[in-house]
Amino acid sequence: MIVTREKPLDEILGYIWPFTKILIAGCDGCVHPPRGLREAKTYALMIEMAGKAKGKQFECIPVTVAKQCDNNIVYTSLQSYINEVDAVLSLACGVGVQVIVEVFPDIPVFPAQNTVFMGSQPKEGAIFYEKCRACGECLLGYTGGICPVTRCAKSLLNGPCGGQVNGKCEVGGWVRDCAWYLIYQRLKKLGRLDLFEEFRPPRDQRIASSPREVGGLVR
Amino acid sequence: MSGQYISELERHLKEGKFVYTGELEPEKTTDISETIEMARELKGYVVACNVTDNPRACAYISSVVASYLIQKEAGMEVIFQLTCRDRNRLALTSELLGAYALGIRNVLALTGDHTTLGDNPQAKPVFDLDSAQLIYMIRKMVDEKTDLAGNPIHHPPKFIVGGVANPNAEPLEAEILKFARKVKAGMQFCQTQVTFDIEKTKAFLKEVERFEVPVILGIFPLKSYGIAEFFDKNVPGCAVPRHLLESLREMDKGITDKQKRKQKIDELNIEFFGEFCRELRKTTRLAGLHVMAVGYTRIIPPLIEVIGR
Ligand code: SF4
Ligand code: SF4
Repeated sequence: MIVTREKPLDEILGYIWPFTKILIAGCDGCVHPPRGLREAKTYALMIEMAGKAKGKQFECIPVTVAKQCDNNIVYTSLQSYINEVDAVLSLACGVGVQVIVEVFPDIPVFPAQNTVFMGSQPKEGAIFYEKCRACGECLLGYTGGICPVTRCAKSLLNGPCGGQVNGKCEVGGWVRDCAWYLIYQRLKKLGRLDLFEEFRPPRDQRIASSPREVGGLVR
Repeated sequence: MSGQYISELERHLKEGKFVYTGELEPEKTTDISETIEMARELKGYVVACNVTDNPRACAYISSVVASYLIQKEAGMEVIFQLTCRDRNRLALTSELLGAYALGIRNVLALTGDHTTLGDNPQAKPVFDLDSAQLIYMIRKMVDEKTDLAGNPIHHPPKFIVGGVANPNAEPLEAEILKFARKVKAGMQFCQTQVTFDIEKTKAFLKEVERFEVPVILGIFPLKSYGIAEFFDKNVPGCAVPRHLLESLREMDKGITDKQKRKQKIDELNIEFFGEFCRELRKTTRLAGLHVMAVGYTRIIPPLIEVIGR
């Protein structure tokens, strides 16, 4: 899922301060932590209360969108509100914010979240770990299903580096697992250490250079 | 420089002569006269000196410029260190072309410590290539006379390219396989991290023998108890033997006369490393020693004397 973290309320208030009527747009898609209707309502309350405490009367309309990364869904879900409000606060990831901008180019749209990475959570309530950087040329088939591009701090393709000590990474002071140590262990278990010895030539960085585009499939 | 050989280092390695290399660390300065002075002191003892490239991710004077000045002013052959942390393949290529134009012939390709460990931790780390890929690129420049993308180089360079390995690494198997990758990429010599552990070193040297790449082992003579303790605490995975630490601490406390203390510490180092290295020379195919003695150059001549040429 796409992992996000909420921005400080003061930063959000700073964005919307010049406006009064705010559409708070949640997203029911892959954004995490959940930012649907319930959270939109919470944001609405928080903003109105914080505004009041500072002598400002906000009027918030909380709504949600099934997927903020889909122009069509955004249009059908939000178009009936757009003319009633002065600004939109999106609770989705950075993609969602930009889609609203594209669909409704005349209204200011602000992010409520910092989008951090694509990752997973071992169990509910636990830490999220970044797992994939969308590099465009997946190497998991050679690395035992553990991503060196994302999980090695140097994105090395021929690791481990000299900073690996007892399976831990130099970055952060030998606390986090060294991805290349994990890869070694996994390939050993699979009886595929031949892959660990294989030299991987430099990659074509164009594949991962932003902004990227891919051809769409027509449903 | 030396007939059929590209450098003195290559000549020594190819002729099977035991080599000594030293280490110079230019710092955050525009004046490297002190480093040049150190290089002069090492002349005649070591065949070449490594010149570090922003070591520990600290922004120092350019390694290629320092290397040039050291060769020119001190007449000391250098092993130019080049890391992947601060430059993409374009910058690495131009750095190498420039280095060759300035008379640099030995290159040591390194990944480089991560930026977050250094003195500008806010910096963006590059790592467009890794150390094995850098070796591959350098060999391509030399052997195929092109850059990485295949564009021809007019007057291509001739370098001897080395890589690093860590005899202390656990699991050793992963380190050996990484060594194999570097050999496939074209590594011509290897310099190792510092080690104090004779058993691990023997096991490592035994394992890499089959690659037939000369290995120069890193040793770190301990100038004082303070330095030994710092090293022990801050270089994980490479413990200073307890008995060495203890003896140094006793000397540090017990001997008040400065000259006498120096002498005792030197004797301790000569005894420990003398035995350590003689044993390795007897039992393995060790090609040489990389003596990391920044600020402790006086130890090098007597050490060489006991270990032998
Ligand atoms: S190699 Fe890593 S970053 Fe690239 S697509 Fe696969 S998981 Fe994602
Ligand atoms: S210690 Fe491991 S994870 Fe960390 S940078 Fe080196 S190879 Fe990558």
